[in-house]
Amino acid sequence: MFKYLAKRFLEMIPTLFGITLISFFIIHLAPGKPTDALSEMNPKMTPEARERLEKLYNLDKPVIVQYGMWLKRIVRLDFGESFSMDRRPVMQKIWDTKQPLLERRLFITFMLNLIAMIIILMIAIPVGISSATHQNTLYDKITTTTVFLGFAMPSFWLALLLMMLFGVYLDWLPISGLKSMSYDSLSVGGKILDRLKHLVLPMFVAAFGGLAADSRYMRSSMLEVVRQDYVTVARAKGLPEKTVIYRHAFRNALLPLITLAGLSVPGLIGGSVIFENIFGIPGMGQLFFNGVMTRDYSLIMAILTIGAFLTLIGNLLADIGYMFADPRIRTGR
Amino acid sequence: MKTDSLGSLFLKRFKQNRLAVAGAIIVLCLVVAAVFAPLVAPYKPNDIDRKHILMPPDIHHPLGTDDLGRDVLSRMIWGARISLAVGFVAVGIASVIGIIFGAIAGYYGGWTERIIMRFIDIMLTIPTFFLILAVIAFIEPSIWNIMIVIGLTGWMGVARLVRAEFLSVKERDYVVAARALGASDFRIIFRHIMINSMAPVLVSAVLGIAGAVLVESALSFLGIGVQPPTPSWGNILTLGKDNIEIAWWLSVFPGLAILITVVGYNLLGEGIRDSIDPRLWESERK
Repeated sequence: MFKYLAKRFLEMIPTLFGITLISFFIIHLAPGKPTDALSEMNPKMTPEARERLEKLYNLDKPVIVQYGMWLKRIVRLDFGESFSMDRRPVMQKIWDTKQPLLERRLFITFMLNLIAMIIILMIAIPVGISSATHQNTLYDKITTTTVFLGFAMPSFWLALLLMMLFGVYLDWLPISGLKSMSYDSLSVGGKILDRLKHLVLPMFVAAFGGLAADSRYMRSSMLEVVRQDYVTVARAKGLPEKTVIYRHAFRNALLPLITLAGLSVPGLIGGSVIFENIFGIPGMGQLFFNGVMTRDYSLIMAILTIGAFLTLIGNLLADIGYMFADPRIRTGR
Repeated sequence: MKTDSLGSLFLKRFKQNRLAVAGAIIVLCLVVAAVFAPLVAPYKPNDIDRKHILMPPDIHHPLGTDDLGRDVLSRMIWGARISLAVGFVAVGIASVIGIIFGAIAGYYGGWTERIIMRFIDIMLTIPTFFLILAVIAFIEPSIWNIMIVIGLTGWMGVARLVRAEFLSVKERDYVVAARALGASDFRIIFRHIMINSMAPVLVSAVLGIAGAVLVESALSFLGIGVQPPTPSWGNILTLGKDNIEIAWWLSVFPGLAILITVVGYNLLGEGIRDSIDPRLWESERK
């Protein structure tokens, strides 16, 4: 087990290295290279921004040296200062140590995605299983159709419809931000309720797409497992169907879902750009989008790298989860 | 002779699958609407009518008008062009890149394969939507650039698929025979192996179009995709968001068009998959 973990960690190093390489390559798409004569005429590039870009990435030095220096800074989590008016260090924008934890952008995005993931798994697993055990019944057909539609649903359209229905016509739920203007004057219970109300629609939208994918996957995984010989054996032994499904089949059917949960991390993080933007949530996705709109190079690079890093962590956690769930890997076979 | 019978077998199976046929009809309607947009659309997409601003659906404007009095139905029909073009071109780019990388990795193996597969792993680690946005921040958001960016960030799945196909096929007798006869690597890859690996690539391409349509509409909705006044379903929805309290039709219809389109491609893709070889795909079904 230890050997497997060590190997897994070692494998992360070249991947991390590659991520920084790709990020670095994208910076060099920026119209600001000294060799690029056209950049002189590019209206997007003010002389001042150009000068800062050159300083930030040492554009006068050879590419290899530039990369090395950039890498050295990233390792210390120093992504340079923002190109926006305030010129704050990028890291301070993403993880503002002067703010309480709940107000820090990276924390907000991380927590929202974590909650979304938990909701997805809590609903998708039972739905997938029951849909598989009731294969070809009306219930199965309804869930399969719903899931198929959910799969094709543009998340931003879903958000728009929900905002219109619950925010405008019914006026039940707030449609923007994470708390009300009057938040500070509320009692403790009121504060919690206020935050929860603000979370309902964004969480629904964030979880929806993953929900469809995961329950579909769970269903097919379960269908496959119940056809295996050992399930037939369990049934032949005369075990009650419930035991067969939940003790014997379930654990094996769950294995591919662990991998899928790990793989869905980049999708969730990428999706946070959309739902944070629509619902006005002050998270990392919104910050990233603003950075894209204002061409804040250092901010974009920082969040791109952090996003990839979070995905890597997600995959690692999935692998560790897999290891605990699957004794074959644990014993190194 | 053999191909003929396989082809007719495919058609027979495909026609029996009602959902697949429904998907094919949706996609066909979309293509017709897009190609004949100037004939089908009741108005010109950019005709401004200041007297009829934000009109709800009625006989003259079946899907209402937008904030400049433009006919929403006509704009949506022209928007189908964008959606179709982006879908096909982006997936075309992704497929070509994916096939080349996948074929090289699968055919040559060894270090080449290891490097390519590692590169794919790395690309998959970076959240695709972040990557697309980051690249767009540095270039002009035009329809061509959108296609290229979506294509460049979406080839990894195809590459994996093609590699797997190559691995399973490259030691078959007919490939060994071709090699023994002195066929070049290029010829073996493209004439002998590739032909037999096209089916899964086609399926993944059709499903990929659905994904590309979603990404394009999301980008246009966020204002960094297809730029107004060029109509796209995504940027009509942006107007829907801006007028969410007064004009429901701007939010409902373009989204519905996206949903139906994506469902159409998905049904078509899965239909093709099931018709080509049900056994082959049974275990892959998600």
